[in-house]
Amino acid sequence: MTNNLTQEITRTPPRSAGDDIKEASGVYDQTDISVRPEEFRQRGPAEHREKTFELRNVSVSYGGNRAVHDVSMDIFHKNITALIGPSGCGKSTLLRSLNRMNDLVPSAKVEGSLLYHGADIYGPKVDPVQVRKVIGMVFQKPNPFPKSIYDNVAFGPRTTGIKGDMDDIVEEALRRAGLWDEVKDRLDDNAYGMSGGQQQRLCIARCIAVEPDVILMDEPCSALDPISTARIEDLMLELKERYSIVIVTHNMQQAARVSDMTAFLMVELTADEKSRWGELIEYDDTSKIFTNPGDSRTEDYISGRVG
Amino acid sequence: MTTAGITVSGGGAGNSPRRSLEAPSPRYGEKTVKVILAACAGLSVLVTTGIVLSLLSGAADFFREVPIHEFLFGTTWAPAFADAHFGVIPIVTGTLNIVFWALVVSIPLGLLSAIYLSEYAPNRVRKTIKPMLEVLEGIPTVAIGLFALMFLRPFLEDVFPFLDWTGPHAIGVAGVAVGLLIVPLVASISDDAMRSVPRGLREGAYALGASKLRVSARVVFPAAISGIVAAIVLAVSRAIGETMVVLMAAGARPQITFDPTKSAQTMTAFIGQTATGEISFGTIAYYTIFAVGALLFVMTLVMNLFAVRLVRRFREVYE
Ligand SMILES: Nc1ncnc2c1ncn2[C@@H]1O[C@H](COP(=O)(O)OP(=O)(O)OP(=O)(O)O)[C@@H](O)[C@H]1O
Ligand SMILES: [Mg+2]
Repeated sequence: MTNNLTQEITRTPPRSAGDDIKEASGVYDQTDISVRPEEFRQRGPAEHREKTFELRNVSVSYGGNRAVHDVSMDIFHKNITALIGPSGCGKSTLLRSLNRMNDLVPSAKVEGSLLYHGADIYGPKVDPVQVRKVIGMVFQKPNPFPKSIYDNVAFGPRTTGIKGDMDDIVEEALRRAGLWDEVKDRLDDNAYGMSGGQQQRLCIARCIAVEPDVILMDEPCSALDPISTARIEDLMLELKERYSIVIVTHNMQQAARVSDMTAFLMVELTADEKSRWGELIEYDDTSKIFTNPGDSRTEDYISGRVG
Repeated sequence: MTTAGITVSGGGAGNSPRRSLEAPSPRYGEKTVKVILAACAGLSVLVTTGIVLSLLSGAADFFREVPIHEFLFGTTWAPAFADAHFGVIPIVTGTLNIVFWALVVSIPLGLLSAIYLSEYAPNRVRKTIKPMLEVLEGIPTVAIGLFALMFLRPFLEDVFPFLDWTGPHAIGVAGVAVGLLIVPLVASISDDAMRSVPRGLREGAYALGASKLRVSARVVFPAAISGIVAAIVLAVSRAIGETMVVLMAAGARPQITFDPTKSAQTMTAFIGQTATGEISFGTIAYYTIFAVGALLFVMTLVMNLFAVRLVRRFREVYE
């Protein structure tokens, strides 16, 4: 795990020398990214990557108090995108607006445009229940249902009516979450008998079982010990082969270790200095953010001078 | 600087090198409060024990005259007649009839209102309805009895015209009235139980693409089951113990029947009627009241124990 830190930080997007030439000579169609090789679409220069989310001037308020102001960013396909920033800067708020979890807070209001593969997540015909089937979420505190391990994983597929043998679906999800070997003999035990780290991986398995495209994670490791944390980080790196992941974390090393892109948010005073809200300060490749940030506030924050 | 620091830390508590750890005063006030509180708690236990003991001693006097099996298994209840019979089954079935109809009405109505209040209702609506429910719980039962006779009975006659509505009293009418009486109780307690299910569980289910109905039925409801069972047990106790509505609407004819349009006497109605009539102290009729009262007590006790076990078995414990 530890040597990953340096690896991830110094890792540059895997571009071969030929890429520049191909690009320059127009071998790749600039407008149709689907013809590009997959690796290039996901890890190449940002302007060519396939976008999962496009946020344009997104603001979120709670009962008139703005929590997040004017965020514009693209979140890329099969990338791990980290949201970092001091407490209260609106990371969770922003994350929860991506799968309409904010709809559950009556006072919450989302403005601006939030596109998922080009479709407006807040469009008039969009069903938030459907959105959450496609964009799953894992929470800070492990929140398994007070049911058996099996029923926890089966809950989602039963809800969405996924076809297939439920036993297979449950096993597959637990395997992908790296939990199968630990729990295969006690699937009928209550999930509350598991350790915190196992519970969190169960929550990830539960989320995977629905076969989402995107997994949103809000500080998934903050309640876990370093070993469980390392397991979940490994898991995230495996999962990004199939899913786009957006993770909120307070752990700089974690962001550096696992993410491809990092967004730094911060609480800023409004122009009239009457109230404060969270703003996106900088968003770039993780390696850039952690080695050569473009904004001094980012540098202060990641070097521990603020927040 | 350094010297000053050492001096201050060494003499922080004045002249004494160590600060006293003993209580500065004897704290009589606290001790008095403790005694008063313990006395109050003790008094309520004493009163309850007293009630139970007086019931049991009266019942013991009764069973010296009437064999217990004749009481428990006899099918004729005529304690005040010259040719007296003490078979309690007719008035027990009367009570069970009332409980049945009361639950048929109050469980669905109460639980559905609770789900609405806790999961669906906007805050504003909940804030108006919840206090109204709590006021409804306190309506005098005589008023409900009147309501049963004046409105409910004609209403049910209209809705079920094919039933045989002879006689002025009907178990069904009384049972439904008792049910309506306890709906607020069931709704309010179940609502509290469901509201106290942690938000994280709900969010976890919503995040899996569950609809509101599914979250309510498959996550919130099972997690709140112990509170909901408690609500139902309380409801049954209320239904068993309800006297006035039953006396007014179901009448006082001790007979074994399951026809909701017929009259029947319940255990409480018997006690209420007999205790308010002319009975002389020390007669067998007088002791009958205690025997029936003791049986009522045992029934509720058994039901509560049963409910506790049921809850242990099925509850989903959340942190
Ligand atoms: N349900 C809510 N109702 C009202 N205000 C809220 C709600 N949730 C968050 N807020 C406010 O929105 C702002 C951003 O909160 P948010 O939880 O998104 O911050 P965060 O960056 O996730 O913080 P942390 O790192 O502590 O989790 C805060 O000022 C907070 O008080
Ligand atoms: Mg947060």
